[in-house]
Amino acid sequence: MTRVKTSFNRRSFLKTTALAGGGMMLSISWLACQATPDEVLAMPDEWYDLDGFLKIGNNGVVTIMSPNPEIGQNVKTSMPMLVAEELDVDWSKVIVEQAPLNTDVFTRQLAGGSQSIRQAWKPLRMAGATARHMLKEAAAQAWQVPVEEITTEAGVIYHKASGKSAGYGEMASSAVNSTVPEEVELKELADFKIIGTPRKNVDGKKIVTGQPLFGLDTYREGMLTAMLVHPPAFGLRFKSMDDSAVRTMPGIKDVFVLTSYPEGMKTEWTDVSAFKEFVAIVGASTWEVMNAKKALRVDWQPIENFDQTAGLENTSDHARKMEELGAKLAEVARKDGDPEGAFRRATKVIERSYTAPFLAHNTMEPMNFFAHVTQDKAELLGPIQTPEAMEKSVSARLNMPLEQIDIQMSRQGGGFGRRLYGHFIVEAAVISQKMNAPVKLVYSREDDMTFGTYRPAYHATYRAALDENNNLIAFHVRAGGIPESPLFANRFPAGALDNYLAERWSIESNISVGAFRAPRSNFIAGAEQSFLDEVAEAAGKDPIAFRLELLEQAKNNPVGERNDYEADRYAGVLELVREKSNWNNGDLPGVSRGVSAYFCHNSYVAQVLDLVMQDGRPKIEKVYCAVDCGVVVNPLAATNLVEGGTVDGIGHALYSGLTFKEGTPEQNNFDKYRLIRHTEAPKSIEVHFVKNEIDPTGLGEPPFPPVMGAVANAMYKATGKRYYHQPLLGERQMLG
Amino acid sequence: MNHKGALLFDGQRVDLIVNAFNHIMANFNLNINGATRQVDVDPTTPMLWVLRDHLQLVGTKYGCGIAQCGACTIHLNGVAMRSCILPVSAVGNQAITTIEGLSEKGDHPVQKAWLEHDVPQCGYCQAGQIMNAAALLKSNPHPSDEEIEGAMHGNLCRCGTYTRIKAAIKTAAGTAE
Repeated sequence: MTRVKTSFNRRSFLKTTALAGGGMMLSISWLACQATPDEVLAMPDEWYDLDGFLKIGNNGVVTIMSPNPEIGQNVKTSMPMLVAEELDVDWSKVIVEQAPLNTDVFTRQLAGGSQSIRQAWKPLRMAGATARHMLKEAAAQAWQVPVEEITTEAGVIYHKASGKSAGYGEMASSAVNSTVPEEVELKELADFKIIGTPRKNVDGKKIVTGQPLFGLDTYREGMLTAMLVHPPAFGLRFKSMDDSAVRTMPGIKDVFVLTSYPEGMKTEWTDVSAFKEFVAIVGASTWEVMNAKKALRVDWQPIENFDQTAGLENTSDHARKMEELGAKLAEVARKDGDPEGAFRRATKVIERSYTAPFLAHNTMEPMNFFAHVTQDKAELLGPIQTPEAMEKSVSARLNMPLEQIDIQMSRQGGGFGRRLYGHFIVEAAVISQKMNAPVKLVYSREDDMTFGTYRPAYHATYRAALDENNNLIAFHVRAGGIPESPLFANRFPAGALDNYLAERWSIESNISVGAFRAPRSNFIAGAEQSFLDEVAEAAGKDPIAFRLELLEQAKNNPVGERNDYEADRYAGVLELVREKSNWNNGDLPGVSRGVSAYFCHNSYVAQVLDLVMQDGRPKIEKVYCAVDCGVVVNPLAATNLVEGGTVDGIGHALYSGLTFKEGTPEQNNFDKYRLIRHTEAPKSIEVHFVKNEIDPTGLGEPPFPPVMGAVANAMYKATGKRYYHQPLLGERQMLG
Repeated sequence: MNHKGALLFDGQRVDLIVNAFNHIMANFNLNINGATRQVDVDPTTPMLWVLRDHLQLVGTKYGCGIAQCGACTIHLNGVAMRSCILPVSAVGNQAITTIEGLSEKGDHPVQKAWLEHDVPQCGYCQAGQIMNAAALLKSNPHPSDEEIEGAMHGNLCRCGTYTRIKAAIKTAAGTAE
């Protein structure tokens, strides 16, 4: 039995009465979460707020607040499932609502690092269990029986001995006065009725019928539309503009220069922006503002201290610089044993270098935010992964206390890390303040793709030493990038080898970067797993057996103090994918297969990928995925996430990349920037989860990095040629 | 300095207001989801922004503005069309269907299949995917896998839901194994 300490603020235990407006809004939410949309649930006359996480209506309908931003990772469905499980209600009587930012009630309202489910596992279940306990207390009081004799099932309270029963709704009004328990019991895994069962997306119906859900769908009375004009190149800033033609264009209200982050302002880690000074065009409608944007003439100048910065950068220079640094000694991040001695006595040394380009996040919904800033209030609404940090930034920028800033979260048309960096909220807020009107800031696709916070460009050189018996006796990785290194010094194969060396380096840049789905892992996994494939081949070993051998060493004789993975679970996903893909029976005729496995964001994923080459292009027949993320909360969504991460990973490995000429991104829309498309997706994906009782970990990121290795390894099998540079079907690859 | 004139746009007579700066606003009577909707906009305005900014039909999404992502797909006389490059002046009295009007109760076979397969992740591109799929099945009720992939090629999904989309289309087509 798991007992957890409760930690509630008594303030939030208030009875709330439903208003007509509220009831209407909720009934729409209800429609959205129904599997059978024709069924409409009767709304209660009164709502009782039990702990800030949920409300119970007097008719037993339950509203569960979903605290975290929904970016497509399914938290709006799977987090309320945790509450509903311990509350012990019928999921079909649950309404889910997106909670606003509220640091009094919720902690970590953030979408990032695949941590939502992991960190919410106990707190959200506790919230449900606490409410359930309070309902039981209320019933015990009403029936004058000991609370220990009270049981619940699917939203009904029972006292079996006396035959009494009552719905949650009947006890809700008195439950708000129950004593908040200091500790609550959580269910045993075997007793789960909701967790571990497939539950459909609560917003599914709204999505397929085109209801307003996303930030860009925000329209308010008197709202103006704003767009930005930012410097075309990293390393430039505003100089002057001629807006005479623009000011007279239809619908245009104003054109001005603003600063998002003035010198000396207190900023948060989320305040990344290469273009702190920008031109804003404000008008009545999007098309009118887009036209004005085309007509505006702006002159730009080099940024301050231009001579000391990287200047206006070119991809060709980046490649040369990375190659130079990749060949030099760098900062040692970890050293076990005597790697150089082992390399000297090796029979065979394999050395290979891998590269990957900058990437733009390209969420399908471009950056946008609604802001209405008045003298004493800032109302903000839109897609943001980090509302808590951005509330502080807006507070600092507007010089307004946190209490006067209200951030509401819309559903988000993708995140992938891009919406961790909320400069667009600050921009929207200062534009609204200047206009003294409600404003929606909209980035065009071109703005979105050229504003920065990219996945950095990376380079990694690997060396492996084999002895005369083809044993791996030393491993060396030197990894760097612009402007950060992708190295994880304590990840596999660290810990599996007596002699291990990890070095890192970096190159300064004017190009702004940020976290991108599985930061750093999104390159280093593919590089490492391609290299291990080549080493296994040089050692004459099966690639899965070779990895398992190393993991066995890591498990039995771990080297070093700190190894950031569990060898058992790592081996577990490899064994599972080997079994499910029928690996030992060899490749199907005409089909080439590659394997890869990686651990990141607390979860383990192994993939086997089957492809055939047609006219030099890979056609991916099938991908087998084996995943260990502990308990799977919502298998339906989890499977979808693994499939999606796999497709996205294949796409970025094969097709995507952002290049620069004189500081300017050379791709600014989907005609030049390649994302994977329907015809290029795998024909089928099979997902298998390791069954265990380990507390759940995330899935938004872990399936994404390893598949890049699997596709490169399968392409080698098909072509006899190794692929070292992403995108694998890019120009550099073809030039050799 | 406004004066009214008359001009033929694609066979349809519309009233024009030419303002002092030679910017033209025009009145259009559009046939959208079976109803007549009137808008007064610059004739070059793409249908995407007419729907979103002027008619509050926001299910049709902006993704790229250059007909490369498919998020803005609508039906023009039942044929899939990228609304981001379709000027309102080219529409005339042709029938426009948006995701909001694809079915009365959200129960078009494609929408039902989407829910059955729980296709969406972030969900942003899905209205465009559904509109394109519905048009495909209308012209080709039993498409092969290759025909589905080919027809859907222009619709991007960054979340990578392509395999589920294909499965849902096959279900809607009644050809699922």
